[in-house]
Amino acid sequence: MPLQSLDIVRRSATTTRSPDVREPSGGREVAKLIDTTKCIGCKACQVACMEWNDLRDEIGTNTGRYQNPADLSANTWTLMRFAEIENSKGDLEWLIRKDGCMHCADPGCLKACPSPGAIVQYANGIVDFQEENCIGCGYCIAGCPFDIPRISKKDKKVYKCTLCSDRVAVGLEPACIKACPTGALVFGTKDDMKQHAAERIEDLKSRGFEQAGLYDPAGVGGTHVMYVLHHADQPHNYVDLPADPRISRAVLLWKGFSKPLGLAVMALTALAGFFHYIRVGPDETDASDEAAARELAKRLEKAP
Amino acid sequence: MSDIEVGPERRDTVSPEHHGMIVRYTAGDRTNHWTVALAFVLAALSGLALFHPALFGLSALFGGGPWTRVLHPCIGLAMVLAFVPFALRVGSENRMQPRDWAWLRQYRDVVTNREERLPEVGRYNAGQKLVFYAVVVCLMGLLFSGVVIWRAYFSLYFPAPVLRLAFITHAVCALVLICTIIVHIYAAIWVKGSVEAMTRGKVTPGWAWKHHRVWFREIMTRAANSRPRAD
Repeated sequence: MPLQSLDIVRRSATTTRSPDVREPSGGREVAKLIDTTKCIGCKACQVACMEWNDLRDEIGTNTGRYQNPADLSANTWTLMRFAEIENSKGDLEWLIRKDGCMHCADPGCLKACPSPGAIVQYANGIVDFQEENCIGCGYCIAGCPFDIPRISKKDKKVYKCTLCSDRVAVGLEPACIKACPTGALVFGTKDDMKQHAAERIEDLKSRGFEQAGLYDPAGVGGTHVMYVLHHADQPHNYVDLPADPRISRAVLLWKGFSKPLGLAVMALTALAGFFHYIRVGPDETDASDEAAARELAKRLEKAP
Repeated sequence: MSDIEVGPERRDTVSPEHHGMIVRYTAGDRTNHWTVALAFVLAALSGLALFHPALFGLSALFGGGPWTRVLHPCIGLAMVLAFVPFALRVGSENRMQPRDWAWLRQYRDVVTNREERLPEVGRYNAGQKLVFYAVVVCLMGLLFSGVVIWRAYFSLYFPAPVLRLAFITHAVCALVLICTIIVHIYAAIWVKGSVEAMTRGKVTPGWAWKHHRVWFREIMTRAANSRPRAD
């Protein structure tokens, strides 16, 4: 089965080990690094994503911002988000962030998904939706700490950035990386990307961006899409980038120990009934009860 | 008793056509109950398919994962709607009374079949009443949370934190409801004559006397009063 992925480390709604006999050469995790300080908001990445994935969103309406379309959708897997921020010196800062799936090491979508194999995580760290297994329940939307998955009105399946898993699998870089004209987008092993980010951050700090830093949030085990931010202390200024994203406790409760516990409680309730019947036995009505009933009825008839 | 003139299917009467059997549930009651019951079984099976990976195979009963997702909320809504008239039929008879609390305190006698030691019981015992309230509360919880997480029509109007809360509420209410119904079904198997009460509608006077004596007395008093006196 040459087209099958055999390097899956995690699979949704699966309690046994996923097919992972293949160990990719090097076995290294990949990452996309988005340097917001180099981004000019040209949207070439958006176009490249549309082209490679054959996606065309509906033509929307102007919302008074450069951001277009207004939001991610089943047909828009990556989106430049534009924030106009007045900084503490009273200057305008135009912060542009390429939004899309962060490919969490600990993916909330995968935890929440009830359909076996609808969401997988490869050894290289890419979190991929397998739409043929998707049942359209939207649990992943509730599970995601970044509000990324979008359900299609057309086929009721959920879509998001694949990190071009099809390209990466054959040694190509994601389409958006290829299109970026300023080098704001780079792709490689996660270690290399961290090193590259460290160099960029050093450079930014030397040029007055004291709070420049890498966004690789530990709350979700790190991500395979990382940002270099000029103001890493204010991620929310980049159109609501969460400061400390983590899988909601509600999702962990719902999808964690409550599942086996719930099954156990139901099974024990049924077993309790079974053994009650075995030990105590049925509560039967016999002839003496019928006689007593007749007796009482007769008495009531005499003295109503 | 067989000469008492009452309609063949009037609730809480002695049936002249059935050798003095007492009508506990009319055909309408039974139809309503079993509509709810069938919807419950289907809703529970389809819901459990989405609850735990080990039970995902149950989705095959509904035509696969996507069909399970499509059908489950419709079945659930049908269950709630069918339960409304049933609750209206039996609701007033399920009010807790002082004797019910005494009955509950003697749960040890209840589970060891020592009924002669228990306070007399009306049309429903305290256990049945608690089942009724548990079902009412769970169905309301399932309905409200279920609407929020009904992806096709409503989920897009709610932010993720509300969805998460609704998912938990839905799972907890479903768990409590399923356990309640397991108890309900077992009680029917345990107390012989109960299944016939809900499938055929009639119980023997001895059954009514033993398990629901206050109710039995009411019926017999009414029957005696409505009977034309010989003198």
